[in-house]
Amino acid sequence: MEPILEVKDLHTNFYTSNGVVQAVRGVSFSLEKGEILGIVGESGSGKSVTCMSILQLLSNTARVTQGEVHFQGKNLVTLNKKEIRQIRGGKISMVFQDPMSSLNPLMRIGEQIGEMIREHNRGMSKKEVEAEVVRLMGLVRIPEPEKRLRSFPHEFSGGMRQRVMIAMALACQPDVLIADEPTTALDVTIQDQILKLMRSLQKEFQRSVIFITHDLGVVAELCSRVIVMYGGLIMEEALIDDLFEHPAHPYTMGLLRSIPGASQDRSQRLVPIPGSPPDMLNPPKGCPFVHRCPYARNICAQELPPYTQLDATHRSMCWLLSPDAPADNNPFKEVREN
Amino acid sequence: MAKYILKRIILMMVTLLAITLLTFIIMHAVPGGPFTSDRNLPEAVEAQLNAKYNLDQPLMVQYVDYLKGLLRGDFGPSFKYQGKSVNDFIRDGFPVSARLGGVTVLFVLLAALPLGIVAALCNGRWQDILTMTIATIGVTVPSFVVATLLMYIFSYKLGWTPTIGLDSWSSYILPVIALGGYSLSFIARLMRSSLLEVMGQDYIRTARAKGLSETKVVFRHALRNALIPVVTILGSTIANLLTGSFVVEKIFAIPGLGVHFVDSINNRDYTAIMGVTIFYAAFLVAMIFLVDLFYILIDPRIKYE
Repeated sequence: MEPILEVKDLHTNFYTSNGVVQAVRGVSFSLEKGEILGIVGESGSGKSVTCMSILQLLSNTARVTQGEVHFQGKNLVTLNKKEIRQIRGGKISMVFQDPMSSLNPLMRIGEQIGEMIREHNRGMSKKEVEAEVVRLMGLVRIPEPEKRLRSFPHEFSGGMRQRVMIAMALACQPDVLIADEPTTALDVTIQDQILKLMRSLQKEFQRSVIFITHDLGVVAELCSRVIVMYGGLIMEEALIDDLFEHPAHPYTMGLLRSIPGASQDRSQRLVPIPGSPPDMLNPPKGCPFVHRCPYARNICAQELPPYTQLDATHRSMCWLLSPDAPADNNPFKEVREN
Repeated sequence: MAKYILKRIILMMVTLLAITLLTFIIMHAVPGGPFTSDRNLPEAVEAQLNAKYNLDQPLMVQYVDYLKGLLRGDFGPSFKYQGKSVNDFIRDGFPVSARLGGVTVLFVLLAALPLGIVAALCNGRWQDILTMTIATIGVTVPSFVVATLLMYIFSYKLGWTPTIGLDSWSSYILPVIALGGYSLSFIARLMRSSLLEVMGQDYIRTARAKGLSETKVVFRHALRNALIPVVTILGSTIANLLTGSFVVEKIFAIPGLGVHFVDSINNRDYTAIMGVTIFYAAFLVAMIFLVDLFYILIDPRIKYE
């Protein structure tokens, strides 16, 4: 299948008064047409920055220093302000994390959705735009859209606001939808409704979606493929079933162990990953996970491991997978020898 | 809504009543009286004067008498200037002060808002640094220094503007700058910081993600949100500017209301002190009330029950 979006060796830095924060340090992946790709990682792993870099939506203290983003024959990184604006919303749209603060509090809902349509479809009449807004609001299952059109964001609940954000993101039939933790700020039942909505919309319209989250449970429900990010790098990339059944990176294994299971009783404690993420002002020379990894060896701190391609869709960045890695205290060698 | 307005009006009346009482008490607590002077009047004369203006009555009686007059719209006679009432002071002085103040308000708004916006949008660049440096000077240097310097340079040295009065359009220039300098600087700084804060909000990122141009992002999404704190201080600023300033009116010899704020106290001109204080206070609470009503127009989240 032809990828619709291809990110190649992306580097993004933030220039702060304390120094240069290397938030993304060489990320490459591709998004296939019609798939939902999950990007998982904890806060500060670089997942949001990667996606903001695609649309040049970062603050002006940030800069993409290296790499390319290929989309419909263009390299988005090199586009000027006017060109990237036609991509934003029109071809690639975003849903953000916090629906409470992501809508303009002084503007009516209908106006905020309609603005998106008008921006990319000049010459549409006011009536046509309004009809389209009503249709979109119905699509994301907002009850009584004709009435709610004139409401302000503060009159909506969190879940309803996120529906508005989704309606807005879908308004111009974008080729790619980037959802940046769209359910994180919502409570669990609403979260479930939004996920269901996104899945049914995806089935109906066959959009390509990048779904950013720190919740592996959400990924399992929604995505076909997953990228696990840590310390500004992709640690592992795999099809969803593969990742859950044969994780090939100690970080992924740690993440899987820290998901609460439905059958888990209270006496069983979750297994957290000890330690905290690396300081991206001075990222470690070797593997960023080395200080928290139970299997770390000398080489892990000294040199960044290369990617090991386990099969056509599964790759991982870990020294334990290298052909000459010793077998003792190596979870991956044991698996293979069995 | 009607209930809210009624409630606010009643509260304003209570506030004003409290202000009259406090001013009255403090004023009488200050040593001296309207007829104390260097010339040492014969005691009998002073007693007669006090009797004439009811100053020999107990304070409570004087206060109630004063309030009764106030209810009829009578601020009482001036104790200092014979044949003049405090109503005359206000009738003669306020239009002059308000004319100067009105021009100043316009000048402040037309200059401060664009300057603040430009500074915020050019955050950290020379436009920002230049505007904010001047604004910092404007906030810190007192108006009498600004007024004297301006007068020295433009009236005395260059001879471009008249030194005193408000007779031609050019005579407005210096007093307006001296009077509005502080508010101009303060509002420009407020506008800048408020807009900067709004520009970092999530909904601005949403607006950018829609593909809107930066102009639309600023003018359609950011500006209205950023104006809310500015509107808040606009009420007291307008009240201050319209009721006149002692310093600026003194320096430029403008026959406004501002002079009375200090002169009446020096003269122990009791009725004048009360009159200008109440007039200013009433103006201020009314402006604050108007600002609160104005919020409804700009912020749909605000509803008064």
